Amino acid sequence: MIVKRNPLNWAERLYLPAVWNGFKVTLRHFFRRKVTMQYPEERWVVPQAYRGAPYLVRDQNGNTKCVSCQLCEFVCPPKAISITPPGPDGPPADRRNAEKMPLEFKINMLRCIFCGLCEEVCPEEAIFLKRDYALVGTNRQEMVYARDKLLELGGTHQDHILKWERMEREAAAQEP
Amino acid sequence: MTPTHPPSGMARESASSFRHEVSGSSSTALGSPSTPPADAIVVTVNGQKVVVPRLMPDWTGKLAPTTMLQACAAAKVDVPFYCYHPRLPVAGNCRMCLVEYGTPVLGPDRHAVRGPDGELVINKSPRPAIACATPITSGMAIYTDTPGVKRMREGVLEFLLANHPLDCPICDKAGECRLQEYSVDYGESASRFVETKVHKPKQVDIGPRIVLDDERCILCTRCIRFTRDLVGDDALGIVNRGSYSTLTHYPGRPFDNNYSLNTVDLCPVGALTSKDFRFQMRVWFLKETKGVCTSCGTGCNILIGSRENRVLRYTPRDNGAVNGSWMCDTGRLNYKWIHRPDRIVKLGGSRLPAPAWPAALAAVASALRNAPPSSVAIVASARQTNEELYLLRKLAQRLGAVSDSVPRSGEPDRWLVSADRNPNSAGARLFGLAADPMGSNVPRFAQGIRTGSLKTLLVFGEDVTRCGLGADLLAKLETLIVSDVLPNPTTALAHHLLPGCAAVEKRGSFTNVHGRVQRVFAAIDPPGDARPEWEFLRDLVMALTGHAFPDTIEGLFNQMAGDVPALHGLEWAALGDAGLTVPMQSRTPDNEPR
Ligand code: SF4
Ligand code: SF4
Ligand code: FES
Repeated sequence: MIVKRNPLNWAERLYLPAVWNGFKVTLRHFFRRKVTMQYPEERWVVPQAYRGAPYLVRDQNGNTKCVSCQLCEFVCPPKAISITPPGPDGPPADRRNAEKMPLEFKINMLRCIFCGLCEEVCPEEAIFLKRDYALVGTNRQEMVYARDKLLELGGTHQDHILKWERMEREAAAQEP
Repeated sequence: MTPTHPPSGMARESASSFRHEVSGSSSTALGSPSTPPADAIVVTVNGQKVVVPRLMPDWTGKLAPTTMLQACAAAKVDVPFYCYHPRLPVAGNCRMCLVEYGTPVLGPDRHAVRGPDGELVINKSPRPAIACATPITSGMAIYTDTPGVKRMREGVLEFLLANHPLDCPICDKAGECRLQEYSVDYGESASRFVETKVHKPKQVDIGPRIVLDDERCILCTRCIRFTRDLVGDDALGIVNRGSYSTLTHYPGRPFDNNYSLNTVDLCPVGALTSKDFRFQMRVWFLKETKGVCTSCGTGCNILIGSRENRVLRYTPRDNGAVNGSWMCDTGRLNYKWIHRPDRIVKLGGSRLPAPAWPAALAAVASALRNAPPSSVAIVASARQTNEELYLLRKLAQRLGAVSDSVPRSGEPDRWLVSADRNPNSAGARLFGLAADPMGSNVPRFAQGIRTGSLKTLLVFGEDVTRCGLGADLLAKLETLIVSDVLPNPTTALAHHLLPGCAAVEKRGSFTNVHGRVQRVFAAIDPPGDARPEWEFLRDLVMALTGHAFPDTIEGLFNQMAGDVPALHGLEWAALGDAGLTVPMQSRTPDNEPR
């Protein structure tokens, strides 16, 4: 395609009106409320639904919610998650009838693309994309977050269903 | 325990995918529907005419009236089922396979009435029938896609799920669970059940290798029928009634026969799970490689489940000519040594010139080249593949060496486990490496070393200090060349130590006690310096003989088949997944036809 260029007229060739128009924009913003933040002293508080770093959570009773089903590992597009299942001789799970818990759970935050698919797929509501967006480390290894760190950063999730506890209660009520 | 014989010579070969277990079970092309052979029946499945034999093999391989399920499979129409299994007696209790059907209307002359279009007039039965146990009759019409059938399947699944715990996130079966699959394919998306579910025992220890979760059990009785009718160990049963029905083992007697882990594969849900594989890995991460069990001479076909270079489980692979759908627990669990931390992963030996294969092989080749004829002996292993044994044979011929291998035997059972615990004794005999009887040359080797006539010994995958060639004798040798996977007293004395591979780390073929040649494929990479034996043997034989040998396993097998009379006519590609049987010259108690 050929774009036809119109020759500039006399006023345009002077450039002064264009410079003036530019100044007008600057001047208008000069008197507006400032939006620039003094990062990192000042930090942006992101909205609730922001998709930041994925962390593991505990329920209000302090139990690890993750049962090591490895669905998030499967769904993760950049393969940032790697889980070591407990195997037959692993330590007992926090909730006895949930039977298992991850022995190790690693998220490589350098690989993570913060897509939120792990949170979406998790059948146990154990992993959430929290509001952390500034992840720093001095080397690559530091950016691979391990289970205990993820649990600590994730904090507590108020679980209104507590399905394992409910199942345990139900079963106990049916004991002959 | 009195194991019964496996149903042998069955016409059906099940595909590895369970859904198609019945689909390969019949022959469709029996001529055009207009002229059915005398022993065939024409039925219509969803309006499509198929000709099926009147009789088809049942679970024992005996001919029995063809069922609707087999007819549907012949028509390539999927019918879901839980309790049916082509290699188990039919129980007909799950009702998942319900279909609607109709039979031809008979006129007053007792002949089928035909409509104006010449087609049979069908009288649709008011009641459905279970496809797995209902024999077909001539002219029958089967419907699997009607709204009625759809509602029945939804109903059956709703009942099955009513008391199901839905604990898929912690269930080892998830990903290969038929309840999950059929719920997606045929079930409803939401549950209407608002009452409290019946709770049953969970994490029940019913045997040394099995954990039972009764809440997940759908009471199909496959496990009961397997252990009672095939193994002959009537260990499992159902107690209580209705929604309280509970699978259990005989009180005070653990469910511990040597075939118990097959019930884990059989169980369509996660009620029976393996203690060994428990919480090891989700099955969808497993890479499945076709292999053969190397724990005895039967050579059961297996799938090797591995992830990230770790073998995590063996499961039986269907082969009607060898192991049916089963394998023994001993063979299934015999894989842990592959990952033992003390494996030989480095080239070694006291005369290793440099830690690299070319240098190590050159040193071995020059040691052998200078050895005078008849001063060399070879101990081959009957655990090696045919290709490796073939190359060893070539080496023995070039060096004028005597050879033998080491027999390994144990108590056979009356089903799959054979007395010969070597996976390839037949191969060792076929290639003329084993003496007759196997192992009878080894005392002669000892004598040779003692008198000083035997100066060079090659040992592959055997600890010869345990069969008469003690450390004192080995110390007398001028050259001891050893290839092995795990360290032992023989490898400790080696002048040249070449790290080898487990069967799951290489390709090749094995010949079982009945002469069936079966292929294995590499599931994982060998660790460290370890190399498949056939690769370095090939280099060694080429260096010593000057002849070229193919550098692919296909080529090597095909050359071997042309070279060895017993294997004439075989081709790597033609072996397929099920293998082919070659005639065996000598009969041992193990390869007597049963
Ligand atoms: S999906 Fe949830 S429960 Fe499953 S492994 Fe991931 S975090 Fe754990
Ligand atoms: S344990 Fe499994 S195989 Fe046995 S009856 Fe229950 S569902 Fe069927
Ligand atoms: S498969 Fe027919 S009733 Fe279970």
